[in-house]
Amino acid sequence: MSAGTLTKKDFASDQEVRWCPGCGDYAILSSVQSVFPELGIPRENFVVVSGIGCAARFPYYMNTFGFHSIHGRAPAVATGVKVANPDLSVWIATGDGDALSIGGNHIIHLMRRNVDVKVMLFNNRIYGLTKGQYSPTSEIGKRTKSTPFGSVDRPFNPISVAIGSGATFVSRSVDVYAAHLKEVLTAAAHHRGTAFIEIFQNCNIFNDGAWEPYREKELRDDNLLHLRHGQPLVFGKSADKGIRLKGPFEPEVVALGSGVSESDLLVHDVRGPLPYAFMLAQMEAPAFPVPVGVYRDVEAPIFDAAMRDQVAEVTAKKGPGDLRALLYGGETWEVR
Amino acid sequence: MDTLASAPKAKEPVETLSRVVIRFAGDSGDGMQLTGTQFTATAAAVGNDLATFPDYPAEIRAPAGTLPGVSGFQINFSSEDIFTPGDAPDVLVAMNPAALRANIKDLRPGGILVVNTDAFRETDLAKAGYAKNPLEDGSLSGFRLYQVEITRLTRAALKETGLPQRIQDRCKNFFALGMMYYLYHRSMDVSVRWIQHKFAKKPELVQANTLALKGGYAYCEAAEIFPVTYEVPPAHLLPGLYRNISGNQALALGLVAAAQKSGLPLFLGSYPITPASDILHELSQYKNFGVYTFQAEDEIAAIGAALGASFAGSIGLTTTSGPGMALKMEFIGLAIMVELPLVIVDIQRGGPSTGLPTKTEQADLLQAIFGRPSEAPCIVIAARSASDCFEAAYEAVRLSITHMTPVILLSDGSIANGAEPWRLPKIEELAPVDARFRTEREGFLPYARDPRTLARSWAVPGTPGLEHRIGGIEKSDGTGAISYEPANHEHMVRLRAEKVARVAQDIPPSQVDGDPDGLLVVGWGSTYGAITGAVRRARAEGLRVAHLHLRHLSPLPADVGPILARYGRILVPEMNMGQLAMILRARFLRETTSLNKIQGQPFKESEILEGIRASASGGGR
Repeated sequence: MSAGTLTKKDFASDQEVRWCPGCGDYAILSSVQSVFPELGIPRENFVVVSGIGCAARFPYYMNTFGFHSIHGRAPAVATGVKVANPDLSVWIATGDGDALSIGGNHIIHLMRRNVDVKVMLFNNRIYGLTKGQYSPTSEIGKRTKSTPFGSVDRPFNPISVAIGSGATFVSRSVDVYAAHLKEVLTAAAHHRGTAFIEIFQNCNIFNDGAWEPYREKELRDDNLLHLRHGQPLVFGKSADKGIRLKGPFEPEVVALGSGVSESDLLVHDVRGPLPYAFMLAQMEAPAFPVPVGVYRDVEAPIFDAAMRDQVAEVTAKKGPGDLRALLYGGETWEVR
Repeated sequence: MDTLASAPKAKEPVETLSRVVIRFAGDSGDGMQLTGTQFTATAAAVGNDLATFPDYPAEIRAPAGTLPGVSGFQINFSSEDIFTPGDAPDVLVAMNPAALRANIKDLRPGGILVVNTDAFRETDLAKAGYAKNPLEDGSLSGFRLYQVEITRLTRAALKETGLPQRIQDRCKNFFALGMMYYLYHRSMDVSVRWIQHKFAKKPELVQANTLALKGGYAYCEAAEIFPVTYEVPPAHLLPGLYRNISGNQALALGLVAAAQKSGLPLFLGSYPITPASDILHELSQYKNFGVYTFQAEDEIAAIGAALGASFAGSIGLTTTSGPGMALKMEFIGLAIMVELPLVIVDIQRGGPSTGLPTKTEQADLLQAIFGRPSEAPCIVIAARSASDCFEAAYEAVRLSITHMTPVILLSDGSIANGAEPWRLPKIEELAPVDARFRTEREGFLPYARDPRTLARSWAVPGTPGLEHRIGGIEKSDGTGAISYEPANHEHMVRLRAEKVARVAQDIPPSQVDGDPDGLLVVGWGSTYGAITGAVRRARAEGLRVAHLHLRHLSPLPADVGPILARYGRILVPEMNMGQLAMILRARFLRETTSLNKIQGQPFKESEILEGIRASASGGGR
């Protein structure tokens, strides 16, 4: 199908969507189906890969090529797909358990290698498909079916994991904040290399309200810090608060006015030093607004491209493989 | 043959032998594997039939001079057909007391024993656990013992090089090799060429190793230490062009050949594991053949990436050994469920768990056939010798693409590292590997099937109009839409089983070697050589016996049942506790006798011959 004429409808599959009514996944699906037709990529060149979990049902609902694989292993499958055909636009739909628990080893290596794959991590801080156990992003003390007295596990911060793994594109958005999510997804799609997108997603059955301050229209402006390259770190309904440094990589919230102006604030730089990106990742409620948008966007060699370049280089140097020469090479002798 | 003719004539009387087994043994830092492969290359150049067995420790450098650090390399070379690396060595070269102690029990009575006496100081003897010097206590009187100061003589030969003694001492394996070349009338040309090539950038090492090699040869000539020398004429192999090859090399070449025939890229996802890593090393050299090698973060990612590549239109391949197989099983189940081609190579080793990483075993058969959750049949085949790994690998790729299902190829440590002459196939006679992608939109259904094989079509991402979803959830046939219908699940389980069962219709008739009735010896995998040799010897003794060797283990060839029915007794030798025997008994309700060896070492012909004699005479039940 020619890329120019695609619409959102072209990306909806014929499968009945079977997430729980009210699940944040519906909003994410809708945003993705809106963004894909705008990317100028033929529909047949999209591949959506997933592991296991509620998020992992995503490929079934996208009218693209799709592969619902096994728990935690989508990054491995996606790597093979992308290396085999670099013309494909490869997307992973994963969850906090799938990506950060059982698939932790694969997600960090995907980002380390900088495979040109886009990772959408639906973070709802709970295991949904297995009906409500705590996840590796659940807060300490969380009471769930498997932790009736409260969890004693320290959680992962997905953004920190991505930055620490050397991801070249690290971002965060919110399921129902459609305008923002589409912007982030579009930026991720245009990034060359692994793009990591953490999406705050509400599980209204097992962990309802986990992200309420960031999802509700009336609350989110006071609780989200929009990261925009080259812009000062300002937030608040009336854009009256900001972030400045009080010591090396020690941020503080300040009110604008009364001697503090925008020029005192940190200015966002997607190519800033790693400790800066890491500092942003550590900003958590209630002391800080939660940064959303693109934390980091840098260039690095791309694994799948490098692999193909090497094959091309060796082929140029040695000439295309000659099977006869290969088999009959080395020391041979003839028996008559 | 040139190389043979150029070997100088020895002064001693010359005896002609039809077959000789030499074992080189030393410390794992002594270069015994190299010495063995050099002698092998020369034997191949002479035109002998041959088979080798490298046997080395799992530790890279166990404490020097100790028993765990002993590394050995055995070669059987012959003017007749041979099938195994040989039972008992005729010659043992022992570079230190530990090598002597670990190997002397295998040397045949009256065999030639060459020892490096410079390594028999008191401390060396103590490290090997000798209370007394075996060279002096008469314990070796049953052998033809040659005590040679190999270290000192090597240093003398290398004196002019001015190299540090440490470097000089590293050349002593070539001194020992030179001695063996003299004893068996071999030209040094092949090894000299190899040295020049290997050390092209280090002329001082070319000089040193060549001097050591020639020094060993010249020493034997000048000192006349051997009263008799020997000739082993070329073998009468089937006419054709030959090269010497190890199992893992042949396996890699078979995969490349099949990929080339199919016209598709080959994608290997692998994680290093002994004894399979050499396939990764080999294939990583063949990038100009469209071979992509991905060293993954673990065994699971390795197969996952391979399956992803298969989905996108490459030939997905993963290589591993038993412990890695266990980790890959969930993905093999997925590959069965989504019905994509995928080749899984398992180079078996001693287990369970870490077990004996560098030693051989064939105990992954049941894991390969049954080791997955639920009803998950796939194709399982096995290679039977080093050179056969080529054909087996080729067949694995062909079957996987033809039947759109994973194929497990079993090899094991002994044939993976062992080498033998390989009669090179004619490229144009290789079977076609017919890989076709679906492009027709009209009537496309992801799980529509070929009526004969039941294989679904391969519709790769990037093909307009064929967008579809695959996955591990149960599905309706045809559309591939998720289905939890009870009857549908049973239908799909039976369909996937039937698809694999139908592979049997394409398996050529089994070959049975030997008598039409009496005792049937049934084997699979690397026991081929030992069984073949033993069956021939048994028939020469007048026993009625035959040999059936199975390439296809799942599904079994359709004629196995009728063949078993022709024989009164069935003997199943296996390097496991009786895994094939269990399958044959369950499937055909036949009594079988198992002959098992689980020592990390391949069967000797004599061990199987014993088993045949016992079974044929009614014993062994």
